[in-house]
Amino acid sequence: MAKITFREDRCKGCKLCISICPKNIITMSTKLNIKGHHSASITADKMKECLGCAACAKMCPDSVITVEK
Amino acid sequence: MGEKVLMKGNEAIGEAAIRANCMAFFGYPITPQTEVAAFMSRRMHKIGRVFLQAESEVAAINMVYGAAGSGVRCMTSSSSPGISLMSEGISNIAAAELPCVIVNIVRGGPGLGSIQPAQSDYFQATRGGGHGDYNMPVLAPASIQEMVDLVQDAFDIADIYRNPVMVMGDGMLGQMMEPVEFKDRPAVNLPLKDWAANGLSGRKTHNIINSLFLEADILEQHNIHLQAKYAEIMKNEVRYEMINCEENCDLILVAYGTTSRICKNVVKSAIKEGLKIGLIRPITLWPFPIEAFEKTITKTKYGFLSVEMSCGQMVYDIKLAVNGIKPVAFYGRSGGVVPHPDDILNKAKEIIGGAQ
Amino acid sequence: MAIVYETPKALLDVPTHYCPGCTHGVIHKLIAEVMDELEILDKTIAVAPVGCSILMYNYFACDAIEAAHGRAPATATGVKRTNPDKVVFTYQGDGDLAAIGMGEIVHAAARGENLTSLFVNNCIYGMTGGQMAPTTLPGQITETTPYGRDVKLEGYPIRVSELISTLTGAYYVERVSVDTIPNLLKAKKAIKRAFENQIAGKGFSLIEVLSICPTNWGLSPRDSMKWLRDNMIPYYPLGIKKNTNEEVR
Repeated sequence: MAKITFREDRCKGCKLCISICPKNIITMSTKLNIKGHHSASITADKMKECLGCAACAKMCPDSVITVEK
Repeated sequence: MGEKVLMKGNEAIGEAAIRANCMAFFGYPITPQTEVAAFMSRRMHKIGRVFLQAESEVAAINMVYGAAGSGVRCMTSSSSPGISLMSEGISNIAAAELPCVIVNIVRGGPGLGSIQPAQSDYFQATRGGGHGDYNMPVLAPASIQEMVDLVQDAFDIADIYRNPVMVMGDGMLGQMMEPVEFKDRPAVNLPLKDWAANGLSGRKTHNIINSLFLEADILEQHNIHLQAKYAEIMKNEVRYEMINCEENCDLILVAYGTTSRICKNVVKSAIKEGLKIGLIRPITLWPFPIEAFEKTITKTKYGFLSVEMSCGQMVYDIKLAVNGIKPVAFYGRSGGVVPHPDDILNKAKEIIGGAQ
Repeated sequence: MAIVYETPKALLDVPTHYCPGCTHGVIHKLIAEVMDELEILDKTIAVAPVGCSILMYNYFACDAIEAAHGRAPATATGVKRTNPDKVVFTYQGDGDLAAIGMGEIVHAAARGENLTSLFVNNCIYGMTGGQMAPTTLPGQITETTPYGRDVKLEGYPIRVSELISTLTGAYYVERVSVDTIPNLLKAKKAIKRAFENQIAGKGFSLIEVLSICPTNWGLSPRDSMKWLRDNMIPYYPLGIKKNTNEEVR
């Protein structure tokens, strides 16, 4: 079981995390952040499937993601 | 100290820099100053300092920028076309407020020109050289001894004001040999280089050496700050010499560097012929010694004669200083031709005689 | 719960101006992670280029010097030669390094300067709005090759890693990519090696990182990664081009 935290206001909505996640659990939030982007996020439901591989965090160009396991 | 050594100008520059604790020299061969680099290549390695022949003058000035940015006393040396190549670098160095010494041993121009001495880089040097609003002190020695003294002064001036400083000679000064004495110099109070980018080493905030200010109002503030610095330099660092200007005279010659030595002889010859001719010798070309003209403007009957190895560059600064109150004439030779004292005297006589 | 991944300390916690999906952010992180792991933040001096990453000095926590366009290797030489105990790295894009700066990078490598050079290759000039770079691929459309790069008029792209690897003075040269996690991990390993080489006084290391420019390529970041894989990697093969110490693999 892993925990992913997104700093939503830093996200630029590039979706590289979505393309890299091996479990396909990342989706874009419906809200807009302070910069006008839809931030990446993981629903509580999908979080259960997270491997904690940190591929998303490693690929994120904006240091949005923290991974705990 | 007190011992006189016969030295070639270019080599004396190097020795003076070493005495001034110049820790790094980055340069590139170009006639007539290549001996500066050659001398430094022999000496710097032996005393554990840095010498590097760069791949071009562009690379050399950027190496100076890096070393200066990390807080190290450093210099480069070149001649006219090489100084042109360095223009961007000099602008960057001035904008980033870094100290360094740049020696220009001027040769005939424009373009590839000739390898003979000239003074045709005056505009380039006194107007900064590169792009943007900036200035650098320009020191113009007229002898090897003065070259040695001014090179050492240049390092201190650079550190005090955080600015590039140019020492401008010409091919004649670079190549000739004269006796030189390396005197003990009084210690100067120099500011700490706590702005340098030389590694945090426990510092909490990082230092950035930079000249980019993308927001216009911030860049304007930076320019205002630089201009205030230049005003300080103009107030404190003017240097000049006046010869035979105490009494009223017919004409005052204005010349610097090699040309001033010739003009000193012209003054002597003129006195013998009963002509009253004086000489103002700017030692700082920037800041220009306006006060020398303020002091003498009422004393000279027929104004000033600018004598230069160029098509006339310093003459415009004289006109600005004189502001139309007295006539300002020009005599010069270009292409690397050195003016003859007889020709200068004849021109002076023409001005005095013609006006009478 | 233990933290598996968090932002490296050598990066300042500030938002960047880079476009969404720009790999500058990724590469900055890799360098910063290496700086953390090698504990060299305190003695590192970065030399920044002119290009999109001109503001990188605002993102790294170490001291930095902004170099003139193309001149970072010369500026870094000036810093390193006078401060040999410090760690000095350059970071340049394809215009900065391979166009205007080609002389400086070749000579820094030829002299074997004890530096770590990062080369971010995305086949285009980003900052100025998408013009042809020395690394733009044949047929690639850019603002100054609107009909596609014509090799008859504009010549062929330069393979910088191969070029630099021919210089005896170059100690280590590797080309990497950040398009997949395995490639990203290899890129970090290469970058770490390049810093370790400098610390050990081995000489000049160059790491060329294939990167994307979604904005000027006109592709989404995800599609840009695919474009990189399909077009750039075949022309710019990944791998070690020069490894003077054969034991280090």
